[in-house]
Amino acid sequence: MEIKVSGFGGQGIIRIGMILGKAAALNDNKSATLTQSFGPEARGGACSAQLVVSDAEILYPYLTVPDILIAMSQEAYEKFEPELKEDGILLIEEDLVKPHPVRGHIRQYAIAATRIAEKLGNRLYANFVMIGFIVAITKVVPKQALLDAVPGTVPDRLLQKNIDALEQGFVLGEQKLAEAK
Amino acid sequence: MNQRPRGPVLTGAHYLDGDHACAEGAIAAGCRFIAGYPITPSTEVAERLAERFPRIGGTFIQMEDELASIAAVLGAAWGGARAMTVTSGPGFSLMMENIGLGVMTETPCVVVNVQRGGPSTGLPTLTGQQDMMQARWGSHGDYEIIALSPSSPQECFDLTVTCFNLSEKYRVPVMFMMDECVGHMTEKVVIPEADTIDVWPRRWYRGPRDKYLPYAPDKDGVPPMIRAGDDHRVHITGLTHDARGYPIINAECQQICVSRLTDKIRDNADDLVMVKEEQLRGADVVVVAYGISARVATKAITDARKKGIKVGFLRLITVWPFPEKKIRDLAGKVGCLVMPEINLGQMYREVERAAAGKCRTMLVPHCGGWVHDPEDILKAIIEGAK
Repeated sequence: MEIKVSGFGGQGIIRIGMILGKAAALNDNKSATLTQSFGPEARGGACSAQLVVSDAEILYPYLTVPDILIAMSQEAYEKFEPELKEDGILLIEEDLVKPHPVRGHIRQYAIAATRIAEKLGNRLYANFVMIGFIVAITKVVPKQALLDAVPGTVPDRLLQKNIDALEQGFVLGEQKLAEAK
Repeated sequence: MNQRPRGPVLTGAHYLDGDHACAEGAIAAGCRFIAGYPITPSTEVAERLAERFPRIGGTFIQMEDELASIAAVLGAAWGGARAMTVTSGPGFSLMMENIGLGVMTETPCVVVNVQRGGPSTGLPTLTGQQDMMQARWGSHGDYEIIALSPSSPQECFDLTVTCFNLSEKYRVPVMFMMDECVGHMTEKVVIPEADTIDVWPRRWYRGPRDKYLPYAPDKDGVPPMIRAGDDHRVHITGLTHDARGYPIINAECQQICVSRLTDKIRDNADDLVMVKEEQLRGADVVVVAYGISARVATKAITDARKKGIKVGFLRLITVWPFPEKKIRDLAGKVGCLVMPEINLGQMYREVERAAAGKCRTMLVPHCGGWVHDPEDILKAIIEGAK
């Protein structure tokens, strides 16, 4: 399975890929290779993480045609949506991305991750809202594998807040999935 | 990095990028001294060691530049430490003079180069494999070097340990030729229990104190070592020297000194060469690759096999000394050797030289900044199979 996570620097894009990859590789007995691309600028620039998850050993580490695209900025959406598989899954940050009409058989789901994070006290939790949302909808890893992967990826004092954010994203994901059926 | 291991070695399964895995490999190999100057894309190696070392009795020094960094590493090694420096192309260039000093004084140490695109400051954040010849020939004079190239974060851990072991066994600076892609690629890395990791000790001199000669070689051509300041008479110099380590400036001594420096590597090339072979028997075309290019080539190889082409794969783990016997043998058996590398033909020249016209050789060049399109490698395989 090929997953592209995209947005702008500072949103925790790479961390989303990192946590999903860690959950798959360490807690779900899969192979997971994360590669990333970023410009010289750490914040504000376009940024993306590429994750390949497989039952077999991953030889070629890069994406060919993404099955899943997460777009957390308009720029990332415009740039990467055309690459998404025709029956792929597209997850967007609904306040930050104004989507075009859905292409082909793409299943598109939107979440106001940043707004939810702000209600939790800090917009920096937005990536964890998105992680929960991703896992609920795509089932790329079991929820428990994801939860077990979180400790160590954020400072301990912020762990609970991030888990809360993840849970909210997960619940919303399940709701959206149920609505779509 | 938030894991807090009990002992120095981070035993267990981790999700690490190549840079961090290299840092953990250094710790597992007993490295407790690093001197360096930050440079993208290698900084994460130094960063991790700067955080890890104070907790495990190691020393990290951020030096004023790369010249000083490698000098400090040589000094630390003579003080008894396992020592390493970490850099990328521009810093590697600055280290060249003292890498030669390390070769001449037979100082065990590891130089990590997470390669980016050059020349000059080139592409700081983007990949390249353009320092491969510099690793071999960058310092002046005639010498032999050891260099390894990893293709995954797991190998960044494993081979960093190997680099230290080889540097101790052969008393030579060992180059660890990573690239930005492998350095910033994250995968599962399994770190074994500390006591199961094969770490080779320094070749300490154990004879009588008054008989010690710093450059009197053992049977395999490598002299045992003492710790400077440990009550032995010791003199080391970059000048051509005799067994006592004293400068002798004549052709006879040069012959003995330089021959031994080169022969200790050349004569042990079979011991040093590590490659991974896949479906070489009966192959019409063999792809030869190393580092990230070896990972990228796997897609082209898979696609070519789907088209019914008999493709073998030779992945170079040891790049120096160059596995020329392997290439020579292959050249007599296959139609074409195809080599993708992220430069305009560096290791390819060695492939061409070793093949010596016994088969066709094809370079798939790339200027750097990104990896090959697997299609380009596939095209070369198809062409080579004709």
